[in-house]
Amino acid sequence: MKSLLAWLDDRTGYRAMLRKALVESIPGGAKWRYVWGSTLTFAIAVQFVTGVILWAAYSPNAQGAWESVYYIEHVMAGGWMLRGIHHYMAHATMILLVLHLMQVVVAGAYKAPREVNFWFGIVLLHIVLGLSLTGYLLPWDQKGYWATKVATSIASITPLVGPAMQKVLVGGADYGHLTLTRFFALHAGVLPGALIALIAGHVYLFRRHGVTTGGPGAQMADTGPGAVLAGDEGGDPAPAADAARTGQFWPDQALRDAVACLAVTAAVLYLVIRTGGAPLGGPADAAEPYAAARPEWYFMFLFQWLKYFPAGTEVIGAIVIPGMVVTLIALMPLAGRWRLGHRFNLGLTGGVLAGVALLTWLAYAQDRADPDFVFAQTNAEAEAERAVELAGAGGGIPASGALALLREDPLTQGPRLFAERCASCHTYDGHDGMGRPLPEPQTAADLKRFASREWIEGLLDPERIATPEYFGGTDFARGRMVRMVQSRVAGFTHEQQEDLAKVIKAVSAQAVLPYQAQADEADQAEIMEGTALISSASVGCTECHEFQDVVEQPLGPTLTGFGSEEWLTAFIRDASHPRFYGDRNDRMPAFGPEEILTDEEIRLLVDWLREDWHRGGEEGGS
Amino acid sequence: MSSQAPHPPREETTGTSGQARRGFLAGAGAIAAAGLAFLAPVWSGLRVVFDPLRRTARDPALVPVTRLAAVPADGVPRKFRVVTDRVDAWNTQRNMPVGAVYLRRTEDSLQAFNVICPHAGCFVNLAADHSRFVCPCHKSSFDLEGAVDDPASPSPRDMDELEVEVREGDEIWVRFQNFLPGRSDKTPVA
Repeated sequence: MKSLLAWLDDRTGYRAMLRKALVESIPGGAKWRYVWGSTLTFAIAVQFVTGVILWAAYSPNAQGAWESVYYIEHVMAGGWMLRGIHHYMAHATMILLVLHLMQVVVAGAYKAPREVNFWFGIVLLHIVLGLSLTGYLLPWDQKGYWATKVATSIASITPLVGPAMQKVLVGGADYGHLTLTRFFALHAGVLPGALIALIAGHVYLFRRHGVTTGGPGAQMADTGPGAVLAGDEGGDPAPAADAARTGQFWPDQALRDAVACLAVTAAVLYLVIRTGGAPLGGPADAAEPYAAARPEWYFMFLFQWLKYFPAGTEVIGAIVIPGMVVTLIALMPLAGRWRLGHRFNLGLTGGVLAGVALLTWLAYAQDRADPDFVFAQTNAEAEAERAVELAGAGGGIPASGALALLREDPLTQGPRLFAERCASCHTYDGHDGMGRPLPEPQTAADLKRFASREWIEGLLDPERIATPEYFGGTDFARGRMVRMVQSRVAGFTHEQQEDLAKVIKAVSAQAVLPYQAQADEADQAEIMEGTALISSASVGCTECHEFQDVVEQPLGPTLTGFGSEEWLTAFIRDASHPRFYGDRNDRMPAFGPEEILTDEEIRLLVDWLREDWHRGGEEGGS
Repeated sequence: MSSQAPHPPREETTGTSGQARRGFLAGAGAIAAAGLAFLAPVWSGLRVVFDPLRRTARDPALVPVTRLAAVPADGVPRKFRVVTDRVDAWNTQRNMPVGAVYLRRTEDSLQAFNVICPHAGCFVNLAADHSRFVCPCHKSSFDLEGAVDDPASPSPRDMDELEVEVREGDEIWVRFQNFLPGRSDKTPVA
């Protein structure tokens, strides 16, 4: 073994290389405060490893990106943790970068001869920001899609080249396949490549100069191999006291670095496990509003900042001022030559950080206090959950993509359609279907669990039929049904009331509601009885309602198949049909014949009202 | 790194003018050859990167959106998806939702607005009380006719109104297009 290694060393010189890498004397000894650069390198290394493995499962195209990320997150073993680590390690990288930068500024490590390395660091900061920005889009979920639209919009206002730049970046006029392939090439190729090259240069220059031991504003002592290499430092020897405590990178500093890296991993793992991994919103949809579009937390200050720039001044807010701040930071090494330069730089750093912190806080405080935002976020979370549930049903997502699944899903589309097309008159459980109050008072019935036993019971309750919950807001409030319930039903004998209870069960059973299937099955005998009673004189439904071809004078909607899929579809299509209200219809539009709703939209509404949708807990799924 | 090769160090300072000229020519030649070698890959690479600039969107056609009956003449805007065929790089997609519009009808007018905020490209919402449009991102706000209604609003222009046409008596057709955000003039994204 020993001779083998000796042979290898002879051919490669690896021992000298290792020595060079590990043997670095640290004047003043190893210190905990020197760990930041190493933790940062570590965090970036983790991003490379996790990123390449994610790459092996990711598909950058508009109909496969969300789906492949779903697959990583919810199907592949360990996928959620891998993605979670990549996600939170990106956050950790940002934090470590800022800490590293702060330390460099406080220690005055930007001063001669380290100016160039400071600039390397500033460029590295921007590459990491670029990685974060491009990575945010890749899952192709609503959040990343709409937040990145804001970012590319801002790119387009760059004077002169803006529109062309945006088009090259996006790969065309609209977001699509090429947006993903380009962002992915940037995220996994161009930016990491630049990152490696710059980190190599950064570490080389750091080694050349050695650590900065001096306190704020102090002369820097450069000793060790770094100083020898530099040569032109004048060879100013380190103070005797420090020299006595000179430590070595290996193993003194390496131990501290490794412990710090472990702490970073522990913090990241804690976040991954606590949050269940990285978030994945619903699939991106150009036609669906996403009011909860926000960038990652470390960009929130910029997001907030833009609110303060009224029309025409956006370029100043989005490009000129941030550009000036970055330039000022990049000029720190030059400012540092000035007598008060170091203080100025400390003040600049402190001021920028305080401003960023304040803006970030304001952004979150305003969102928290905004009911529309809170509402949008709740909806977005529900939709994300639903998308995952649907993707997991049926053994695989169809090639048309997860978005098609959501578009065909009654639970997702029903509330939206209801809010947009029905909630100008109707409520659903007191709200507009999406959980908001109606802008104008309700004028037609509440349709939550329409045709269920409870719904019909309420309709036949003399106390409730004329309230806005049922017919209160309609012409029918003065109609025969209301009068019948309020006079006749109110005076029902005990026996008649028992008959009515059976009739209610029988009429409701006509709807064949999925959520009532068990009760219908259990009460078969009563339903049989009730069915016979519908046309009896005791209850008298068929005086006005047709039921199984029996009717005296058809005035109200047919009870044959009441609330069933066929009945409800036909009713929404055209409530003025003689089967239903005929010419007594009050304001209910003919959604079908007038093509206000398409057949598919009516299907979605009907299935949603009947709660006939795929349920996650069930086996297989239909 | 190790330079234990047996050949002698190069004579840079002791050379005659002839040698110096030969050295210069060799260096220039090396750079020129390497540059030529990279020319084709770099050239074709740049062409691919900038290819999107060569593609200009066709003039958008009018697209049927809905029927008049779906837009009550009460002045309250209603949101509709715009569904049409779309070419996305190598795919043709039939009946894809490509965006959305607000349609607003009064007794004597019909307006169509692109839902996208002219400020930074977010999806503008109709306020819960139907009194105006509000962008959920940077709080640009517009009145129901699409005009900026607040001097502090970050939007540099009114909401993008789209050409709208009623055909066959009750079909609403809209010329759906997007416009460059963040500028006061309404320039189509092309």
